[in-house]
Amino acid sequence: MIRIGAFLVGLFFAGWLLISFLVGAVAFVTEPPAKTVEHEFHRDPKHVSFSFDSPFGKYDQAQLQRGFQVFKEVCSACHSLKFVAFRDLKGIGYNEAEIKAIAKQWAIKTPDVDPKTGEMSTRDPIPADYFPKPFANNVAAAAANNNAIPPDLSLMTKARHHGSAYVYSLLTGFQAQPAELLKEFPDAKTPAGLHYNPYFANLNLAMAPPLTADGQVTYGDGTKATVDQMSQDVAAFLTWTAEPKLENRRRAGLATIFFLLIATGLAYMAYQNIWADKKKAA
Amino acid sequence: MSFPWAEHYTPKHPAMQWIDEKLPLPRLVYNAVGAGYPVPRNLNYFWNFGVLAGLALMIQIVTGVIMAMHYGANTLVAFGTVEQTMRDVNAGWLMRYAHANGASFFFIVVYLHIFRGLFFGSYKAPREMVWLLGLVIFLLMMATAFMGYVLPWGQMSYWGAKVITGLFGAIPVVGEPIQTWLLGGFAPGNASLNRFFSLHFLLPFVIAAVVILHIWALHIPGSSNPTGVEVKGPQDTVPFHPYYTAKDGFGAGVFLILFAILLFYAPNYLGHPDNYIEANPLSTPAHIVPEWYFWPFYAILRAFTVDFFFVPAKLLGVLAMFASILLLFFLPWLDTSPVRSGNYRPTFKKFFWILILDVLILGYCGGAPAAEPYVMISQVAAAYYFAHFLIILPLISRFEKPLPLPNSITEAVLGRDVIEGEREALPGMGSDPQPSHAG
Repeated sequence: MIRIGAFLVGLFFAGWLLISFLVGAVAFVTEPPAKTVEHEFHRDPKHVSFSFDSPFGKYDQAQLQRGFQVFKEVCSACHSLKFVAFRDLKGIGYNEAEIKAIAKQWAIKTPDVDPKTGEMSTRDPIPADYFPKPFANNVAAAAANNNAIPPDLSLMTKARHHGSAYVYSLLTGFQAQPAELLKEFPDAKTPAGLHYNPYFANLNLAMAPPLTADGQVTYGDGTKATVDQMSQDVAAFLTWTAEPKLENRRRAGLATIFFLLIATGLAYMAYQNIWADKKKAA
Repeated sequence: MSFPWAEHYTPKHPAMQWIDEKLPLPRLVYNAVGAGYPVPRNLNYFWNFGVLAGLALMIQIVTGVIMAMHYGANTLVAFGTVEQTMRDVNAGWLMRYAHANGASFFFIVVYLHIFRGLFFGSYKAPREMVWLLGLVIFLLMMATAFMGYVLPWGQMSYWGAKVITGLFGAIPVVGEPIQTWLLGGFAPGNASLNRFFSLHFLLPFVIAAVVILHIWALHIPGSSNPTGVEVKGPQDTVPFHPYYTAKDGFGAGVFLILFAILLFYAPNYLGHPDNYIEANPLSTPAHIVPEWYFWPFYAILRAFTVDFFFVPAKLLGVLAMFASILLLFFLPWLDTSPVRSGNYRPTFKKFFWILILDVLILGYCGGAPAAEPYVMISQVAAAYYFAHFLIILPLISRFEKPLPLPNSITEAVLGRDVIEGEREALPGMGSDPQPSHAG
């Protein structure tokens, strides 16, 4: 009885799936799916190498500090970094006095309540504060940015495939829309106020190219601030903001795996030893 | 239960004697996973995965309980509290990554455990109850994993919850009220997050309870083995401890090394980047995909694209997806071959490997975008999946001619039945070769 029922159920599901397949196949042949402009012109992130690429790689602290400078002078005007606090900058090599100064001189102030009047007010950030947001809320952010909300950057490099390379590619990828694109997809012209970038998922990005000229920031360590260099540095910095514990994790991993290899080796010998008289005829 | 030659618990230390008289818990453990449980001597490495699944469950419970101490089940703060755990809690990143990747390893281990059972016919009499309870555990795991994935309140959390609860919405008439009832609202929100957190905390302990039943049911007939020939005498078994505790110790070491490699060096490899974007009900991700361990079922769900008269394709997909798991409950009665082990079933063996390939293809298609050619491929693969269990398997067990079975486990291991010299030591054991199951 079970087997007859099962046979019928199986026949129904398998049969209907095969019919669905035939319907789909006919449609696929008669009306092949139209090519989309994203499919044709979107590009995977460029190849770029970072000090932390390899499994045992570490952050380059000088690079992180340069990247922080780019963030501070360029990105932070529009983008928040809400999961990172000033105190966290210890992780990229600043000492307490420096962090205090960075927080105090930060262009955006921390919202607070006036202790005397209870009115909303702002004050200088302190190391315990998270980076203040450039806009009071999403409505203000959208109003100031052609109706697009600049995303928070704390986790950006983990929120995209190949995030570090993605950030670098996006920053260096702004260009004029290719002529072939307009020839093939005349309707896909980049709308006014948007900017063509083949590394962005739907090709047209509200953000204007933020890094436009060499020397846009002046690095303290003498590194030449080319657009390419700044893009790499800020990509490295955002990799750190997304994964500040990367070096701890890799160190702990090495110790753990070393321990486990020894323990497993001993366990294997114990196993062989205990089974010695059972594996073959006594 | 157990075999008459099982070793008996005899506490030597007065303290253990005292405890054993009052509460025979040490005795219970001794008989369950100690020297008091005789196990076939010929188990291969595929028999390690039961213990490894238990280990994975314990890792999940320990890391999960610690994570819960730092988590806020509220849509306003959930995403932030998870990030805070990663950044500011001592070893919080380790707990989080261990928990997220631990779920993946739990499923890897359980899938291998299930396929071990499928190949070696572990679901057959007298072990049907073990199989059924195992499937209950699997269903509980899927529910737990799904709700756990919602908790970080990322984009995939939110949209995954929306899609999966939306499946219930496909049921005619009562579907939408059920979906609203499950979510506590019309879309995933604070009420959903709170109940998912509560259930996600509860279900692992329910799983642990069913695991106890699973092991209890296993200990009635005793463990199966790669030959599928039942244990005939003491020469066929070894005590679980120290023989299999030693082997499982080695297995656990290998498991932990592989786990550590992923956990410490590629912790986000199996995750989806979109879940590092906070949930936004106004922005739908380009491709909504569940975690990799649901991909084969997701492919079956999406394979139905044509309405069956008045039954919408979506409802068919939902029914098929549930059916693809529920049919496994009937497996002990669908496969009627008296031979358990796939090693002695030449036709079964071929189709078994086709099934493995089929499930891998389904998994690949389930993770791919819902576009051609993936939908067409998953339609054929899903058709085979149902045909395999519901049509092919019953037919094979009817017409297949199995290979001759060894007379006993000992013969399979040593090439002869009973070791000379041991025969005298086995009072009451017949030395005549017994008829095989296929006979």
